[in-house]
Amino acid sequence: MTEATAVMDAPAGELGLAPELADAVVDMWAEDTEKAYVIAPDRILEVLTHLRDGQGYDFLSNLTCVDYEGYGGKLRAGIDARLEVVYNLYSTRRGGGSIALHVRVPEDDTVPSATSVYPGANLQEREVYDLFGVKFDGHPNLRRILLWDGFHGHPMRKDWHEAYYEEDAKPFRSRHPKGEYEFHEDKVPWAKNTTYPAGWDPDSWQEAVAYVPVSQAPQHEDKPHLDTESIVVNLGPHHPSTHGVFRMLTRVEGETILALEPEMGYLHRNHEKIGERNTWLMNMPFTDRLDYLNSMSNNWAYALAVEKLADIEVPERAEYLRVIMAEFSRIVNHAWSIGFILNDLGALQTPALYAIEEREMILDLFEAVSGARMMCNYMRFGGVVRDLPEGWHEQAAYLANERLPRALDELDRLLTENEILMARGRGVGYLSVEDLISLSVSGPMIRAGGLPYDIRKAEPYGIYDRFDFDIPTLPNSDIYDRYYIRLLEARESVRILQQALRDIPEGEILGGRGGYTLRAPEGEVYGRLEAPKGELGFYLASDGKTQPWRYHVRSPSYINLNALGPMSVGYKVADAIVILGAIDIVLGEVDR
Amino acid sequence: MASLPPNFQQLKQDQLQPFLHDEISVPADLEGNVLITTVDKIYNWSRRSSMWPLLFGLACCAIEMIASAASRYDLSRFGMEVMRPSPRQSDLMIVSGTVTKKMVPAIVRIYNQMAEPRYVVSMGACATGGGPFKEGYNVVSGIDKYIPVDVYVPGCPPTPEALIYGLMKMHEKVDRQSVVSVPWYQKDSSQFVPVPRLGPDIFDPRQVELIKDTTLKAATGAAAANGAAAGGAAAETRGPVELSAKAIARMEEAKRRWRAKQG
Repeated sequence: MTEATAVMDAPAGELGLAPELADAVVDMWAEDTEKAYVIAPDRILEVLTHLRDGQGYDFLSNLTCVDYEGYGGKLRAGIDARLEVVYNLYSTRRGGGSIALHVRVPEDDTVPSATSVYPGANLQEREVYDLFGVKFDGHPNLRRILLWDGFHGHPMRKDWHEAYYEEDAKPFRSRHPKGEYEFHEDKVPWAKNTTYPAGWDPDSWQEAVAYVPVSQAPQHEDKPHLDTESIVVNLGPHHPSTHGVFRMLTRVEGETILALEPEMGYLHRNHEKIGERNTWLMNMPFTDRLDYLNSMSNNWAYALAVEKLADIEVPERAEYLRVIMAEFSRIVNHAWSIGFILNDLGALQTPALYAIEEREMILDLFEAVSGARMMCNYMRFGGVVRDLPEGWHEQAAYLANERLPRALDELDRLLTENEILMARGRGVGYLSVEDLISLSVSGPMIRAGGLPYDIRKAEPYGIYDRFDFDIPTLPNSDIYDRYYIRLLEARESVRILQQALRDIPEGEILGGRGGYTLRAPEGEVYGRLEAPKGELGFYLASDGKTQPWRYHVRSPSYINLNALGPMSVGYKVADAIVILGAIDIVLGEVDR
Repeated sequence: MASLPPNFQQLKQDQLQPFLHDEISVPADLEGNVLITTVDKIYNWSRRSSMWPLLFGLACCAIEMIASAASRYDLSRFGMEVMRPSPRQSDLMIVSGTVTKKMVPAIVRIYNQMAEPRYVVSMGACATGGGPFKEGYNVVSGIDKYIPVDVYVPGCPPTPEALIYGLMKMHEKVDRQSVVSVPWYQKDSSQFVPVPRLGPDIFDPRQVELIKDTTLKAATGAAAANGAAAGGAAAETRGPVELSAKAIARMEEAKRRWRAKQG
């Protein structure tokens, strides 16, 4: 950002900025879809502080970056800056919509880190550094996060191509049936999906030293003590209780955790890079594979964002079907998560088997309606893809009215008063709800801390404003409450299901223009919903073509991990396992 | 024995039948106490009836693997419900999900740590060939690029039924093996798979010479062309595309088939 731009009065006024900050807003961007204010890089911290303290925007929901190299749209004519960092802020106290801020990254690729204002920016800024190479000045721990130290280049930049790169946009010409085909493997001499910089010599390569978490050494100066030494204990990436390929590095003294550092990227499968090559609709099945326990919610979140961008209407029946599917998948998720929190506590398999039994009943419904148990790929822009088959409604009504309430009561009876669960869960993993909010944690975690923030109520989407349901909260913000809040939420989902199945009208299921290709109008949009694990958002930017220009997933599992380190410090290693389990992560969504 | 259901003994007899030796007979007074079979049959039977999988989940497929072990699909019918978290105690590795470059060193190390006889099932499209994520920069396009695979199960993810079918195929494969010919009883046959290393991109120690050849050639080529190579862009540094003889033959074959089909 080098050129001086005229001061604009109106945007600063809309933001409610103080007069001395008025010159911080240098431009507006994408007014048609969602307002975004372009802030000067050196003023961004002042603006964020002001919005947090003066305007109540206490929740940094989304932080990402867009690379506009080769951007074909009209909106950015005459702008030199290549990279822009995007911030989406919300208020958890007031509810309502977001404020979007852009910062044009200067020539030296450095912008101030937002971690001093919003500690929750930690993981997201590291991701932007890793994938785009934007350096955040003042970040406490700016290392690569999804890839490894020593990886060449920053892969989300538009001019970075992988070994199997063919073209910028799908469908690839090489896939057309001309009778000739070739394998990617044959194009690379070593038959693997790898590429190396010119002149690189593998013989002299030295792998980067593994990062070791540090902490303040315990202070024993004024009293006599035994000489102790803290050691580093590694958990994962292949570990039965990290819920997938996740790694935690802990520094422990005795059994007490002094510092804990999450390591991820072991399931980083490049959703975003692939998503920018796919057409809009092609991304739908990819969203299934984000949080693979809840494909329905992911579908909906993506469809919601695209519908917002392209302004597509959804018919009444489709809205009901979406609510029904999303709430069923919330029950699946919460049952699964309860089962596996107990698994982590040492109640091996019995509660999990109870939970999986109900899950199978719901998956039968999903399979009947979409053809697949897990990867449903059920929603489309403007509705859903198939109507209910015969007998589906009766079976769903049986589940919602009879079987699921009974099953949840059974889990409740089995677990809630359990002495071991109380002993292991009460007071463990405590973090105040204010800290959780500042760490950008969302979903059941903050409701277990007493804050009734649920997007279904705070910024209703779909038809959630028609249903009668409560947002349960619990006061203690510990593992026990995080377990119990999921049971309570599953009960509320059952209530919504009963109403939705009772009221669902007949009619169309797919509005809009239909068809396989969509040309979304130029602009950018951030669409979000309350997924079972927290706020799932899709940040999409379009240059008016058939592919998204930027496709970013704000995944709750990933950002909730901000709280893992602070929550685990001071507890035992065995507790850290459960604390992780109670965050309820899915690695497909963490690493994307 | 009279209290047993009438067909029970017959059932037992039928189950035993395939294991009995068909040439050596047992003296009449020892029948009922002595069975004669081959070492292979009893050895394979015991191995395949208690094949313990490694408790090892990578991605979405792991959820279906857990569902296979849970009550509805019940893997314990195959003696496989004991999933061992330690590779030392397990016989079978189910590679259940997308293998990423960051993860593959750990997988190869775990494979090396498993005691022989060891088997690998590649579960799902990703582990088999990269699946929908094949082109990704952090995705390994198939675990068989690094470790040998016995059975591939297609699907994204495979249903528990599909996984169980794959495991039954695995059992069939075990049944066909013989102790005199299996590699792990041969001299000098047991070797560790070299663990891939994380460089600028992942690289297989077995291919160092090949890689060096290409990178150094690209460096001299670029230097000859325009003095100094522009930094940053990885696409420029990729070596020249040279199709292998095998690939050319494969393409020729496909063209020939296509022409034949066109008449």
